[in-house]
Amino acid sequence: MSPPRIVEVRQNLLKHNDEVARGLRQRFQQEGMYVVSLVSSPGSGKTAFLEKTLTQLRERNYRPAALVGDLATNNDAARLARSGAPIKQITTGTLCHLEASMVQSAIDEWRLGELDFLFIENVGNLVCPSSYDLGENLRLVLLSVTEGEDKPLKYPTIFNSADAAVITKLDLAEAVEFDHAAALANIQSVRPGMRVLEVSAKSGSGMAAWLDLLISEAG
Amino acid sequence: MHELSIALSILDVAEEEAARRGNIQVEAIHLRIGPLSGVVNEALQSAFELARENTPFASSRLVIEDVPIVIFCARCEAERPVRSLQDMQCASCDTPASHIVQGRELQLAALELSE
Repeated sequence: MSPPRIVEVRQNLLKHNDEVARGLRQRFQQEGMYVVSLVSSPGSGKTAFLEKTLTQLRERNYRPAALVGDLATNNDAARLARSGAPIKQITTGTLCHLEASMVQSAIDEWRLGELDFLFIENVGNLVCPSSYDLGENLRLVLLSVTEGEDKPLKYPTIFNSADAAVITKLDLAEAVEFDHAAALANIQSVRPGMRVLEVSAKSGSGMAAWLDLLISEAG
Repeated sequence: MHELSIALSILDVAEEEAARRGNIQVEAIHLRIGPLSGVVNEALQSAFELARENTPFASSRLVIEDVPIVIFCARCEAERPVRSLQDMQCASCDTPASHIVQGRELQLAALELSE
């Protein structure tokens, strides 16, 4: 038997997604839009955080919109719509993550030039979304104080793929004896130099600092 | 579990590449996967076995090469491995890793042809 013949390919497996994401990023830039995606486990407070963010951006006279990925329901979209911002739901069915093409078709009817910010709430999942570029400028990973300080160590890949971490539900920190120093150390251990924000959507603490950061990043 | 989506991407890319080379018979598909890609090898193997049915790759094997994480350490001024995925520090001098050189790969490296 002759030795096997090997043909070098060297292609990124997600090249189709990456191409669509690149196109989206270019379009967002041309339209002067800043795009933030949010990933976290289910129940970490993504929707409450996002609702506050949308409401407060509108109070500051910005024009935000949001896409929300959900397996089956439109509950999150209904909650976010209370902010008055345009909201679109992406029902993923059994798919556990969003892909760039889903974002592309979801924003199809919007005039992007009339928006300043777009938020993309990914499906609640700390594993699958990490591989997919959605064309965002900033990827946030959310961690609630009720989840435990070791979440970053259990899901290092998603923390590593994100640009900044947001610790949510700060108002509950004392009740659940949240070990603040340990959480920060764990985040820095899996992603050295990562920016960390701490917020409570309920009390509003930390929200102003987050909005300031967002607005300065958007330039 | 997004490995099924990845498995379908493997078939797409492999089909494209095989067609470009005159519909060659593929004995095995070689991947290079880094720990930061977010893919679990075992799950991908099972997903691939499902996905390949009734395709031209129904009898093709999947061969996965694990690509280790490599950083450029500013202190050592050299490429270095890290302590672990949970402890992203230079394995030689413990400087926190800021520049990742390798480890995010999710790549179809090569096609192995049947003779």
